[in-house]
Amino acid sequence: MHPAPSLIAFSVLSGLGLGLLAMLGLGLIVPTGWAAFLWFGLGYALTLCGLGASALHLRHPERALKAFTQWRTSWLSREAVLALAALLLIAPHAAGSVFLARPMPALGLVAALMALLTVLATAMIYAQLRTVPRWHHWSVPVLFLLAAFAGGLLLIGSTTLAPLALALLAVALLAHWMIGDQRFAGAGHTGETATGLGPLGQVRQLEPPHTGTNYLLREMAHVVARRHAIKLRVLALVCAAVLPMLLLVLTPVGQPVSPPVWALAVALHVLGMLAARWLFFAEAEHVMGLYYGRH
Amino acid sequence: MTDLPAKTDRKLGLVIDLDTCVGCHACVVACKGWNTENYGTALSDTDAYGAAPEGTFLNRVHTYEVTPPQGAPVVVHFPKSCLHCEDAPCVTVCPTGASYKRAEDGIVLVNEEDCIGCGLCAWACPYGAREMDAVAGVMKKCTLCVDRIYNENLAPEDREPACVRTCPAGARHFGDLGDPDSAVSRLVADRGGIDLMPEQGTKPVNKYLPPRRRDHLTAPPENLAALCEPSTQGLGGFLGWLDRTLEKL
Ligand code: SF4
Ligand code: SF4
Ligand code: SF4
Repeated sequence: MHPAPSLIAFSVLSGLGLGLLAMLGLGLIVPTGWAAFLWFGLGYALTLCGLGASALHLRHPERALKAFTQWRTSWLSREAVLALAALLLIAPHAAGSVFLARPMPALGLVAALMALLTVLATAMIYAQLRTVPRWHHWSVPVLFLLAAFAGGLLLIGSTTLAPLALALLAVALLAHWMIGDQRFAGAGHTGETATGLGPLGQVRQLEPPHTGTNYLLREMAHVVARRHAIKLRVLALVCAAVLPMLLLVLTPVGQPVSPPVWALAVALHVLGMLAARWLFFAEAEHVMGLYYGRH
Repeated sequence: MTDLPAKTDRKLGLVIDLDTCVGCHACVVACKGWNTENYGTALSDTDAYGAAPEGTFLNRVHTYEVTPPQGAPVVVHFPKSCLHCEDAPCVTVCPTGASYKRAEDGIVLVNEEDCIGCGLCAWACPYGAREMDAVAGVMKKCTLCVDRIYNENLAPEDREPACVRTCPAGARHFGDLGDPDSAVSRLVADRGGIDLMPEQGTKPVNKYLPPRRRDHLTAPPENLAALCEPSTQGLGGFLGWLDRTLEKL
């Protein structure tokens, strides 16, 4: 699948933002006053930047309100509704913490749930697609949720839970790649089933339907060099999970993470997640490619 | 709502005969022509006369070579447009309700005024039957020529899809696949019509008729060389007389 920068930025930034808002909602840190302003502000800023980036992906963003209507069937619509609910529900909790030094834990809890459900909905947009076997698997929602947890915990500088979440994220990334590599073959789609010509013999593309490229090929038949993919996997794993985890673990017990170490860990995590999400799209094979003799 | 109708009154669709299709792409051109001048925005082309021309099409013809375990490979031309699936995944993923399946005849359509151009429906379709128009930024797909088949301004023989009407080989058939007695349903039954990628669970309405088995030569023809060599042997008429006369000189 085409690794669209708008979708990569969206899912990384909003995943991080919603993860942070979920941790604030759960009350893992309870800032008040200016500190609360900065924390909640960061959560909102990341999430809204992500949502803004996703709007860039739409060809008609002026009609985006229509996307709130089909939540009964569409995960994309559910994502929109849940994101709005999370952002609205966390607002009183945030305002209470900033202006009155009175957080609202119950509301925060509900908002945290909404934020995590939003991340789940994002993952389900991909995981629901039978047409992309690599995505059509439970490991995808697990990966997205773990990324949000790990990102949120890392941002609040937790030295106990964040390393654990980052370790789980590393496992989830590895599992996603290892399971993912088997998915297309396992799903059993071939040029023979795509054309229905299997009973006659082996099928090979003789002539494509058009001489140039088209929307289908650009959008759904992206090919990554295997060599590059392996390098990027290593980069993603090391930057997104391993290094931030080590940086946090090396902080002496009972002490807060020093700001430069925190900033470095966060920057590495974001960089690694961008690489991981690029791969998430670029490595995903769409069954439509079979009609063009791909796979 | 982008719920699928529990059941449609009719199942209008196409039956495509892979045995007869000659790969002329006439249906591709007829489809592009009709759908650029009628329902919805035009099917745009970009850089049409330049180095990298591209365009939006609702119907495309692939060509495959099928190699049987024994015997010579066979060329199969393979037209592909939306299959108007009963369990259309492209419809349920749509966040805006722009994509829908009609309860009365099962046609899958896009309401272009509601489409935000997210492209998710094209991802959900296993067959590559949906294309986002590069200029209009809305999703385009086969309409089963909904603006022809019910169009009383057209002569009765023209009230069928443009691709079906134009096919010089008669390889495309249109009708109600929900009615077991319709001509298309009988054709599917007679010829063993098949679904594309049935394992995707989309239950396509359109069916494909597989190429008929080719016959095989059991023994080589007698005197094969004589069939290949130009020869005047046995030549009759004026040319034969001329040949024999010249031979005698
Ligand atoms: S062929 Fe593709 S676009 Fe057409 S109904 Fe089926 S899934 Fe939808
Ligand atoms: S591109 Fe348009 S029709 Fe397709 S899912 Fe998005 S809004 Fe619906
Ligand atoms: S039915 Fe109409 S829109 Fe569909 S492929 Fe044929 S000509 Fe094109």
